[in-house]
Amino acid sequence: MSRNIERRTDPEREPVLHPDQDYASISREISDIVLRPASRGWWLGFGLSGLGVLIFIAAAVYLFYAGVGIWGVNTTVVWGFAIINYVWWIGIGNAGTLISAMLYLARQPWRTSINRFAEAMTIFAASIAGLFPILHLGRPYLFYWLAPYPSTMGVWPQFRSPLVWDMFAIGTYIIVSVLFWYTGLIPDLATLRDRARSRAAQLIYGALALGWRGSAAHWRHYERAYLILAALAVPLVVSVHSVVGYDFATALMPGWRSTLFAPYFVVGAMFSGFAMVMVITIVLRAAFKLHAFVTPRHLDAMAKILLTASLIMGHSYGMEVFMAWYGSDADEWRQTVATATGPYAPAYWGMLFCNVVVPQLCWSARVRRSIPALLLVAVLVNVGMWLERYVIVVNILSHGFVPSQFRLYFPTVWDWATMLGSFALFLWFFFLFVRFVPMVPMHEVRKLAHNLGERS
Amino acid sequence: MKRKMPGTDFSALSAPPIPGDSRPLWRSLEELADTEAFREFADREFPECTDLWLTPVKRRRWLQLMTASLVFGGLGGCGKPPREEIVPYVRAPEHTVPGKPLYFATALTHGGYAQGVVVESHMGRPTKVEGNPLHPASLGATDIFSQAAVLGLYDPDRSQAVTNGGQISHWQAFVEHLAAQREQWTARGGAGLYILTETFTSPTLNRQFHDFLRMYPNARWHQYDPVDRANRLEGARLAFGQKLDTVYRFDGAAVILSLDCNFLADTPARTRYGRDFIQGRRVRRGNATMNRLYVLESTPTPTGAMADHRLPVQAGLMEAVARVLAARLGLADAPDSEDLPIPERWLDIMVRDLSNHRGQSVVIAGEHLSPPVHAVVQAINQELGNFGRTVIHIDPVASAPADFEGSFPALLDDILTGAVQTLVILGGNPAYAAPADLEVERILRRVPLRIHWGLYADETAELCHWHIPALHELESWSDARAYDGTVSLVQPLIAPLYGGRSVHELMALLMGQTGRSDHDLVRAYWKSRHRGSDFEQFWRKALQDGIVPDTAATPKTVAARADVVKTLPPRKTSDASLEIRFQPDPSVWDGRYANNGWLQELPKPLTKLTWENAVLLGPNTAKRLDLATGDLAELHYRERRLTAPVWVMPGHADDSATLYLGYGRRRAGRVGNHTGFDAYRLRAADAPWFDHGLVLRKAARPYGRLNPLLSTGNVQLATTQRHHTLDGRELVKVITPKTLASAGAEPAEPMPSLYPEYRYEGYAWAMVIDLNACIGCNACVVACQAENNVPIVGQEEVRRGREMHWLRVDRYYAGEPENPETYFQPVPCMHCEKAPCEPVCPVQASVHDSEGLNNQVYNRCVGTRFCQSNCPYKVRRFNFFAYTEAAATNEGALSMRAVRNPDVTVRSRGVMEKCTYCVQRISAARITAELEHRRIREGELQTACQAACPTQAITFGDLNAPDSQVAALRTEPHHYALLAELNTQPRTTYLARLRNPNPEFGDEPEH
Repeated sequence: MSRNIERRTDPEREPVLHPDQDYASISREISDIVLRPASRGWWLGFGLSGLGVLIFIAAAVYLFYAGVGIWGVNTTVVWGFAIINYVWWIGIGNAGTLISAMLYLARQPWRTSINRFAEAMTIFAASIAGLFPILHLGRPYLFYWLAPYPSTMGVWPQFRSPLVWDMFAIGTYIIVSVLFWYTGLIPDLATLRDRARSRAAQLIYGALALGWRGSAAHWRHYERAYLILAALAVPLVVSVHSVVGYDFATALMPGWRSTLFAPYFVVGAMFSGFAMVMVITIVLRAAFKLHAFVTPRHLDAMAKILLTASLIMGHSYGMEVFMAWYGSDADEWRQTVATATGPYAPAYWGMLFCNVVVPQLCWSARVRRSIPALLLVAVLVNVGMWLERYVIVVNILSHGFVPSQFRLYFPTVWDWATMLGSFALFLWFFFLFVRFVPMVPMHEVRKLAHNLGERS
Repeated sequence: MKRKMPGTDFSALSAPPIPGDSRPLWRSLEELADTEAFREFADREFPECTDLWLTPVKRRRWLQLMTASLVFGGLGGCGKPPREEIVPYVRAPEHTVPGKPLYFATALTHGGYAQGVVVESHMGRPTKVEGNPLHPASLGATDIFSQAAVLGLYDPDRSQAVTNGGQISHWQAFVEHLAAQREQWTARGGAGLYILTETFTSPTLNRQFHDFLRMYPNARWHQYDPVDRANRLEGARLAFGQKLDTVYRFDGAAVILSLDCNFLADTPARTRYGRDFIQGRRVRRGNATMNRLYVLESTPTPTGAMADHRLPVQAGLMEAVARVLAARLGLADAPDSEDLPIPERWLDIMVRDLSNHRGQSVVIAGEHLSPPVHAVVQAINQELGNFGRTVIHIDPVASAPADFEGSFPALLDDILTGAVQTLVILGGNPAYAAPADLEVERILRRVPLRIHWGLYADETAELCHWHIPALHELESWSDARAYDGTVSLVQPLIAPLYGGRSVHELMALLMGQTGRSDHDLVRAYWKSRHRGSDFEQFWRKALQDGIVPDTAATPKTVAARADVVKTLPPRKTSDASLEIRFQPDPSVWDGRYANNGWLQELPKPLTKLTWENAVLLGPNTAKRLDLATGDLAELHYRERRLTAPVWVMPGHADDSATLYLGYGRRRAGRVGNHTGFDAYRLRAADAPWFDHGLVLRKAARPYGRLNPLLSTGNVQLATTQRHHTLDGRELVKVITPKTLASAGAEPAEPMPSLYPEYRYEGYAWAMVIDLNACIGCNACVVACQAENNVPIVGQEEVRRGREMHWLRVDRYYAGEPENPETYFQPVPCMHCEKAPCEPVCPVQASVHDSEGLNNQVYNRCVGTRFCQSNCPYKVRRFNFFAYTEAAATNEGALSMRAVRNPDVTVRSRGVMEKCTYCVQRISAARITAELEHRRIREGELQTACQAACPTQAITFGDLNAPDSQVAALRTEPHHYALLAELNTQPRTTYLARLRNPNPEFGDEPEH
């Protein structure tokens, strides 16, 4: 079977679903992952990531106990890893909904195999991202003061602040993403309810399936709701990262005050998100033998999107430098020079290498079809996108207008613990996800099989 | 030595109690033995109980008493709980209104010399020091040491108990002990009794010493100060045949030449000299006259930073410079064919400039330079006709033993010969602060009885048998003289916190006058001196004014011996090795302020180092030795060695290294222990200030290439400024008086803004900082810290870049690193009208008020820090930790609560803070004004930084007032706003720095 798939053919003509698959095998193969007892590997991974979560919790508890001073932030570089990680995670959280909703609206059939875990990734990443701005507060227990709640003091948040927009944007995005994900999940939950052997699973999946019986009326409502949610989600994908861009663009620090930032952040988010989806796809495909559902056609399509995004990113990086020079603002230009030659130059050049140079490998069809190569590209893009946020946050803040206050940032062990802990948290969520939820939407793949069958 | 406590006499014990003795029961072995010594002891120790000891209680009586105690004790339990007074005073102390501070005039001394101050006291707690406008050494301003005195007062690490042999004892025991000693002293005329003091100027103490030496003619008085003024006095003796103090009138000087003299920071008159010096440079529209300052210096100082022409010259060459100058002025033959220490052109131009300003010039030499240099400089000043005009001579202000020279080494010699039986150390810390080659610690141990009086149980206290805690100046009565002789009375602001004793009380005790308080002694002295009728009136007036009238020394007319320059001993020639140069630290001085957190964390004027010292090297020398800032270097000098971090100091003389004294304390207290390195360990008694023979090399790295990972060999120094040049930015504008007119006073076009302009109808507060007047002295920084409860954060936090000062003084260099121009720029909050911090705060914690203040609402702040990341001036400060509760910095200590200004919130962890333009002072002035139905008057209100500034560089006030000084300054041609191009419309603006180069140097002066 696998030789058949790895055969070199025109990827456009390659199937998005292995032709051997029928309705029964689709349902069986996917739901079995959830319903059969967990493998030893799963337990191992779950345990290890659980330990990582404990590190995250310990780092957070100590943070609340001792104060934000345990991190490496200082009077000049007041934002450090927390904001970098926030932007990075929210970027990753961008792709799932984008893949799912945008490709759904664009009627791209290949999305069906990957959209479920891409959406899960979105929810997990966005939730983790949402934690960081709270953790980074000086008084985190007062985070709700950003919300316009009816306070007896009559105080109101400051609506000119992008941080308030941010809170709304992320909140809305997470809510809509969860709804979108859950809506798509309902028919599959019903399938699980029907296939479950244990009483507990039947009850839980039954409750979660909200009484889905698969009637025509159900399907009609479902399709309508899903379409509306998809249409809602797409602008949110754009807005959430635009607002993250505004966090910087509305400030007046040289290197931040740029109208380029909103689109640049959206594309950057799509870029990193697709790279992360690619990593997850490759890993899950190998771990759960999903070769029948995730074919080289998927990877090829994602590699192409990655390539396109990297070209836009390269253009943005170029434009940043060009505008700094063309705008003849001395501070802007000094900042650009400092970025390229100063103490953070390795991060800047590393970012350019990972985000612009490495993805060019995807011009080659050989690379697009080589799993290890794609994995390497995707991981490096994620590293590069992290470096990009590092350059934007730390490097820009460390240089400003007043040289006496130029300061460097040195992350502490707690910065690293929080960051690595957040990776573990993400993995831990994912282990739970693959264990309890069908990671490929069965009903959509069955529909795909139906459509393919009709066409041939 | 006689036993001080009656011991057990076992021979007496062995005799069995006589049957039928009236005392069958005994309470101690001593009593049983019933020696004479015991009876005497009991009598002395418990005079009121002697009868009880002698008439013992019978068994019945004992039972009766115990029963009664039990019953009454039980009855006591039936009563109401003890009453606590929670009502305010029925009869309030006079003038005390809760919430309203009182102000008392007093004086604070530094190195013995007084600065008159007015201390703010809240409900009996002194919290803030202001200058005394009537006092000649203050004129209303203060220096950093006066500002930090309140913190020293409440320091929880001050010694709090009399100790004897390291054990806690008590004052009475000391009095007892001394009483026994005194008999011997009286018998032998005080032979063997030695007193060691620091420099002091107190007339009362002077009289006490006078009396003391009359009472004990064989007693000896020695003086030691690690930073003394002996060379200057000795120079005067060489020149005039008598020791004289020299006072300079910089306000009358058009040309000033400083030979390695940091007169703006290291002289007792620093605050006054700063004012006078800047008075001659206050350039305004239509008044472009400005004095000219030439500075030749070995190590960069704030004075050098103010120079119009500065040249780095080794300290060892200063004598040659002085002699060549004298020769050029015709005071001596031209020196033999020796290389000129400075370029010929410099000599010509300086001599010409000085000669053109006869009677209007000052030549001043550093205190560390040898007496001949001072003698030559006196002669030069006389030749220039400056005597009586800009250079005044008065009798020495400080009290000193008759034979001052070698006083301390002479004392040590006496100890070695065994002549010293009792040594009383009144203040000072010779065990730490003496040159290492004197081996003070070893020698002091030979004295049979050592008594130390001081604020701290320091290194010297550790060596002494007895340690008596001293009273802080804010707790005691005394008096002190200023640099010009003016006397101030020192009055206490608070009852002794830790039960210390005054030096006057101790001196009285040495003379057998027990039970005399410092108040009695000081008052008695002045009563004896007072000639008029109404002493009470005189006393009250002197206390209220803070100065005793007509006590300034009268100028003396003197003439230097005509041949003074010719008859001087030949100059010692120096060899080519590295020069080592010692300097008192700008913040902790000789180490005495090591436990003062405000001073420890105060960035030093030029290096901006805090909490530690470093070896300062010129850039060329550092390059030659392959050393960079932060490298560890090994110093070898006269068989002694030291490892210390290096700081590459632009403008430092080549082949010379400067070490700041005052660090590496072992027993300073929790704050000051083990910060920096102890430079005294290299200091030699015969060359206390500079010498040749230093060998310096890079310290070996124990782990080779892995060193950065495995050791702390590369030190990250705790500095608050890590970038030193402007890189072409126009943050500090520099012009000359000639270009002032063309500096462009045309008002800039208002730039477009999205937000509408706000009309400020009421007050509109603004500040103008005159960069031309800023001498980088840091008084404003400490004043702000004291006024606004700004916490210190500790060395580690400064290393991480988290210091909290609301007001910082930036220091920038321009030009060649070998001899750069140095600029100071104080940066408080700009209070921008279009403040970038305001729109980005998500919770409206950063808000603008109707008077133009940019306020931070601490209660509302959640700590996103967006405001600081968006502040172009980076003036905001964040509480990364609960700094005000930290134990390591003593900030959390109970006594530190008393130093807080009750009008200013103490900020908690996680909130942002910044300069408020002293909004509490504005509010206080507004309340007063509104009660009187008027507006706040111009000049009625001063911010803390403004009030402290010795040079009046800071002006603050209401732009809308008709006679507004700030508004007037904002129309000056050299007025500008920092980063005006951002259109933040700052309310804090600047006047440009001016330089007055001598045109003879051509277009490109050598600085």
